[in-house]
Amino acid sequence: MEAQAIFDTLKGKFGDAVVELQGEGFSPAFVVVAPAAVKEVSRFLKEDPNLSFDVLMCLSGVDYKEKFAVAYHLHSLKQHHVIGLKAMLPRETPSLPTVDDVWPGANFHEREAFDLFGIVFEGSKDLRRILLPEDWEGHPLRKDYKYPDFYHGIKV
Amino acid sequence: MTTRTDALPTQEMTINMGPQHPSTHGVLRVILTTDGEVVTRAVPDMGYLHRGLEKIGERVTYAQYMPFTDRLDYLAAMNCNCAWAWAVEKLAKIEVPERAEYLRVIVCELNRISSHLIAFGSYTADMGAFTPFLYAIREREQVNDLFEMICGNRLTYNYARVGGVSGDAPKGFLEKTKEFLDYFEPKLDEYNNLISYNKIFVHRLANVAVIPAEDAVAYGLTGPNLRGSGVPFDLRKDEPYSVYPKFDFKVCVGTGERGTLGDCFDRYMVRINEMRESIKIVRQAVAQIPDGPVLAKVPRVFKPPVGETYFRSECPRGETGIYLISDGSVNPYRLKIRTGSFVSMNIFEKITRGLMIADIVAVIGSFDIILPEIDR
Amino acid sequence: MSSDPAHSQPPGHGSASPPGLGPEAHVMVGNADLFVNWARKSSLWYLLFATACCGIELMQAGASRYDMDRFGAVFRATPRQSDLMLVAGTITHKMAERVKRLYDQMPEPKYVIAMGSCANTGGPFYKDSYCVVKGVDLIIPVDVYIPGCPPRPEALIDGIMKLQKIIMQRKNYGAKA
Repeated sequence: MEAQAIFDTLKGKFGDAVVELQGEGFSPAFVVVAPAAVKEVSRFLKEDPNLSFDVLMCLSGVDYKEKFAVAYHLHSLKQHHVIGLKAMLPRETPSLPTVDDVWPGANFHEREAFDLFGIVFEGSKDLRRILLPEDWEGHPLRKDYKYPDFYHGIKV
Repeated sequence: MTTRTDALPTQEMTINMGPQHPSTHGVLRVILTTDGEVVTRAVPDMGYLHRGLEKIGERVTYAQYMPFTDRLDYLAAMNCNCAWAWAVEKLAKIEVPERAEYLRVIVCELNRISSHLIAFGSYTADMGAFTPFLYAIREREQVNDLFEMICGNRLTYNYARVGGVSGDAPKGFLEKTKEFLDYFEPKLDEYNNLISYNKIFVHRLANVAVIPAEDAVAYGLTGPNLRGSGVPFDLRKDEPYSVYPKFDFKVCVGTGERGTLGDCFDRYMVRINEMRESIKIVRQAVAQIPDGPVLAKVPRVFKPPVGETYFRSECPRGETGIYLISDGSVNPYRLKIRTGSFVSMNIFEKITRGLMIADIVAVIGSFDIILPEIDR
Repeated sequence: MSSDPAHSQPPGHGSASPPGLGPEAHVMVGNADLFVNWARKSSLWYLLFATACCGIELMQAGASRYDMDRFGAVFRATPRQSDLMLVAGTITHKMAERVKRLYDQMPEPKYVIAMGSCANTGGPFYKDSYCVVKGVDLIIPVDVYIPGCPPRPEALIDGIMKLQKIIMQRKNYGAKA
């Protein structure tokens, strides 16, 4: 299915929760959805037989300076098509529902986004830092991150 | 005689494995909770090699990032080099000369062979057979010689460029490659005779850590780990990039020949068979390679258009996906690298439940993980 | 030891039969430091401790073709049996404490070779990374530095030979020790 058709299907099903289609300059195109609707949209994308996006290829946090975003790259082994899903989050309280019960593989990606961006995935089965030490301060991939001077007495 | 089980206090033990452990293939740490010798829970603890490659990507230019992709997966640096080049070219819509694409395919497939050789060698060494490791390194050294010839380094190649490759193949390289393939192909049978069907080896791997196909898909496994579960998905075939559509090769999948479909043995065997397919691809590429330039004209101050792209390619450890956001400046705005090993570790906890401690080593080896890919 | 006096006489060492033992018994006279150091330098068991890229070159240096066993250097899986720690690869802040602990677990006398740019200075990650330790010598003392990213096996072997020279100069006994 083409990105426009997928967007129309989602728009028809979820209405205002589906915000826009980012097509020009984006490969694959992104369907931008409201953060609160991410789980329902994901479940629909996975379970609808015409869409059946059974693989979560990638889940990334992004810092767009004024907003955070979580970008999902989906692929369907059955239908051989791809789509992106994106949720824009406010900078002050970046949180959205987890999708690890839709795609169990999402868990590590979500932990990484939590670790490096501080994005909270509500209802996650296990949300801890994954790459940095537990007592690390800050979230390094944020654009306003300042490198610390010392960590445990060793110069950074 | 009465058994006094009631009087014996039993409790679960927590055992730390790693980050310094000869069989964790680097600095992986696994926290094992065991009941006797049976593992009730194995939680991987990663990040001991987290070097911040994604942050570095935001602070250097597109061309400067090439050497860092070498260190993303040092066993398959060529594949990572080319993945980065392909991703940037996709973002900026750069046409690459055909000879350069052929050279990339040749070095990628040679690197797949040398990477699978390490996977094979270290796996057998983990399982207690040291000799095949020495055999594998013997052959790997020859691939290293070829790479040294083409780019001057043995491990971190920095060979690809945005728009092509850094230099044409030197005189004699293609002949040497053919010689190597002729030498190497019979060696695969030697490996199979030596260890693959060895009874002890098969017993250590067969029916251990079975991943059913639906689990493999749900957890997003890719590469040999997915194909080991019998899912014939290979990006070189299913989402062809570069000049791969011109070559005839088959996608190797697990068959459950010695146990259950999707066990450690299947994942091991997929790698052995893939080396044979790589030989086929390189043979065809060497025969068909056209003449011409190897580097497209790319401006020295390279600024791709504003946009976002996701490019994925088939690396030895699965799909390496590069999510690249450009704001039109000389540096990437955001760079996310999705790697096969990182995703494989997600299913680790699920499939290791109920295994013996010694089987944990078999599972880690069968995933062929590499730590810089997990930690980045 | 050969009974032929011509072969049993290394340069600089006296060889003679002590009184009362007959011509068959040979005794080598030299200083104890030389003997102990010679034994130590010829059995440099290194800790199998590969953190990153250099670990692969370390592996290849120890395997076929380069065969580091020739210099008495073989790998051990545990720090308790190792004399030499080859820090092969990047050390991150999360790893730093573990490196120190591994070093502390090794028995004396112990030596450290920093292999590759990352272990020397932080290497390519020096400027832009937020979590790479800028040289392993911030954590543990280093005897030999081998540059390269990664160093070739020949360079590694050269580093081992440099360390052997350092070991030969060590004073274990006597007033100067």
